[in-house]
Amino acid sequence: MGARGGARAVKIDIVVTVNGRKYATRVEPRLLLSDFIRDSIGLTGTHVGCEHGVCGACTILINGDSVRSCLTLAVRADGADIVTVEGLGTPDELNTIQTQFREKHGLQCGFCTPGMLMTAIDLLNKYPLSSDAEIREGLSGNLCRCTGYQNIVAAIRAAADLRNGSTS
Amino acid sequence: MKPAAFDYIAPRSLEAAVAALAAANGDGKVLAGGQSLMPLLNFRMVRPAIVIDLMHIPGLSFIELRGDRVAIGAMTRHADLEFSDIVAAKLPVMAAAMRHVAHLAIRNKGTIGGSLSHADPAAELPMLAVFYGATIKVQGPAGRRDIPAEDFFVSALTNCLEPEEIVFEIEFPVLTPHAGWAFEEVARRFGDFALASIAVSFGLADRRIADARVAVMGVADTPRRLREAEAALQGHQGDPEAAAEFAEVVRSCLTPESDIHVSAEYRKNLIGALAEKALATAWARAAGPAP
Repeated sequence: MGARGGARAVKIDIVVTVNGRKYATRVEPRLLLSDFIRDSIGLTGTHVGCEHGVCGACTILINGDSVRSCLTLAVRADGADIVTVEGLGTPDELNTIQTQFREKHGLQCGFCTPGMLMTAIDLLNKYPLSSDAEIREGLSGNLCRCTGYQNIVAAIRAAADLRNGSTS
Repeated sequence: MKPAAFDYIAPRSLEAAVAALAAANGDGKVLAGGQSLMPLLNFRMVRPAIVIDLMHIPGLSFIELRGDRVAIGAMTRHADLEFSDIVAAKLPVMAAAMRHVAHLAIRNKGTIGGSLSHADPAAELPMLAVFYGATIKVQGPAGRRDIPAEDFFVSALTNCLEPEEIVFEIEFPVLTPHAGWAFEEVARRFGDFALASIAVSFGLADRRIADARVAVMGVADTPRRLREAEAALQGHQGDPEAAAEFAEVVRSCLTPESDIHVSAEYRKNLIGALAEKALATAWARAAGPAP
């Protein structure tokens, strides 16, 4: 008998670290990591848009890599170290990329912003971002319906310039 | 947009995963990176009784040079291939194609074994497997077998695996000499599935093309190697006339279909244009910098 009979779908114990805090809990196998983050532990900064991996709003960092939380099962995050937008900075002390988004007006309604920030962090970690074309290529998996992307690109450009200045 | 309920198992060995898949009696789904399966689960287009997760099986994620072949474990992520020195040095066409595979967040999770098994006709890794003439190694209840990539893809989203078989490794021959090569793709948005794409590579003999290799995707229900187009390149130089003739042969090999994105006519025109561009790029690479 499978889970569709309703008899099984046995819950599974997981321990997940989110923004430095450990959560030990029991989840249904089908629970999406995005829903675990928003509903089970109440971190609603991670936004849910399309729920099939197209819009990028739910992007988080798992062990340092950007990942779509809607395309990941919570059970697979057992033992993982997760960072969500709440783990970046505080309203009084924004981190570098958040500061650049504010400086350059890289957001309007803010719905896509958490995913944009988490994606930007991974792009800055992995690519030279020597041209704006490379930044746009890197952002092609994150949809924004207000800004036209100009100021988001400008914010990441500024963050990349700061990074290059500090490492050269 | 939530999956229907399913049971979940994460076996610690390939044999145990195959046994679980066989026990599921056609009602199990194998989870690798999840970047194709998860959307299908979320849409409830698939409703398996049990999901068999490969993530805890040791030894399935590696990129290893073995003589004249590069062996890649099925759970190796796209991002691992993208940033691999071995891939960059030995499989340059794959290295060039990897940034076209979806987006970074997808490449951080998606795996080569998953992509091949999903068999999307417009996805890069199935096309690269056909282009290189890769060998796909699978495990079933009775043991292991090798499947040539060209036999693996049957039609759109359909491979030749038996219901209880799992891909565990892929071997890519290193193409030598690799004097000229190019990968060209057009998609509606960077990282989307290809509208059309072509890969070309060849060696040089007396400054003429020898041992050409050509594969395309997005223009048939599986990725395809075009032997007629390979033959057409033999002995040529990368001049514009040769490029135009090559494009014509590529077009004549294909009868692409219309879909919601573009018409068949557009696709056919596009693959020819990409063929010309690819030959020019590959030739420039083979000729090296002007003396």
